Amino acid sequence: MGKLTIGCFASLVGSMSLDFAVKLAGTAMEKGHKVDLWVSGNGTMLSIKGQRAFKDYSFLEGPLKELMAKGLNVTACEACAEARGYHKENTMEGFKRHSMDWYLASTFDADRVLHIGGE
Amino acid sequence: MATTKLGFIVQRPGYKSENPKLAITHAIASQSVEVYLNEGDVVTADIAFIGDGVLNCKKDQKAMDLYKLTSTETHIKMSLLLDLNVLVCKEDLDRFGLTENDIVIDAEEFGAEVTVKVVPFTDITKMMEEVNHLLFF
Repeated sequence: MGKLTIGCFASLVGSMSLDFAVKLAGTAMEKGHKVDLWVSGNGTMLSIKGQRAFKDYSFLEGPLKELMAKGLNVTACEACAEARGYHKENTMEGFKRHSMDWYLASTFDADRVLHIGGE
Repeated sequence: MATTKLGFIVQRPGYKSENPKLAITHAIASQSVEVYLNEGDVVTADIAFIGDGVLNCKKDQKAMDLYKLTSTETHIKMSLLLDLNVLVCKEDLDRFGLTENDIVIDAEEFGAEVTVKVVPFTDITKMMEEVNHLLFF
């Protein structure tokens, strides 16, 4: 089985790219692959806990927690999060925060890197 | 000991979105990635500005004066200081009527020894073929 590193820079609300990234991560894990998910820029919105589910907006806290419980390794860019006022105390449990070199390190032994830019 | 090569391709103009700056800051992060890796393993980063992305390279940017932000120009200069390979597509510069005189080429004031390379797109394609992973911004 392989390792997939996904980097996503799109926001939770206002774009479907994060929805796609999380869905892809889940599908890859179902097939037995290891997945690292990095969010940076507006993508760090994904890390915030207490997201409320509405039918008209993307809601990923639920599916993300399920995937994290199954071993999804998900990390937010700490500087990007802090710049947006997303502090550690507002971060979902299990969601890591690191500097950008974490993403590059994840690519080191990745079989595939899928980089999904921001808006 | 192993090397993973990354190619950062910047296609969007500066300041309209965060993407170009994030491309450069992520590329710069290649300089500190070793803390996560085994000794001797490295990740390298090449940056190429193509299409509208070449506009990021305009010199004399006033981002600090106008927005109190570090300019993309300064980030490019930091990349040079860290010896990153920075390529700019010549055909796309031509398309905007820009020449090497209009863009940031060196960072001598920071002590950088490498310079921005204005190259034909075929050279950028070659770089893209040589890297392990491509990241489009």
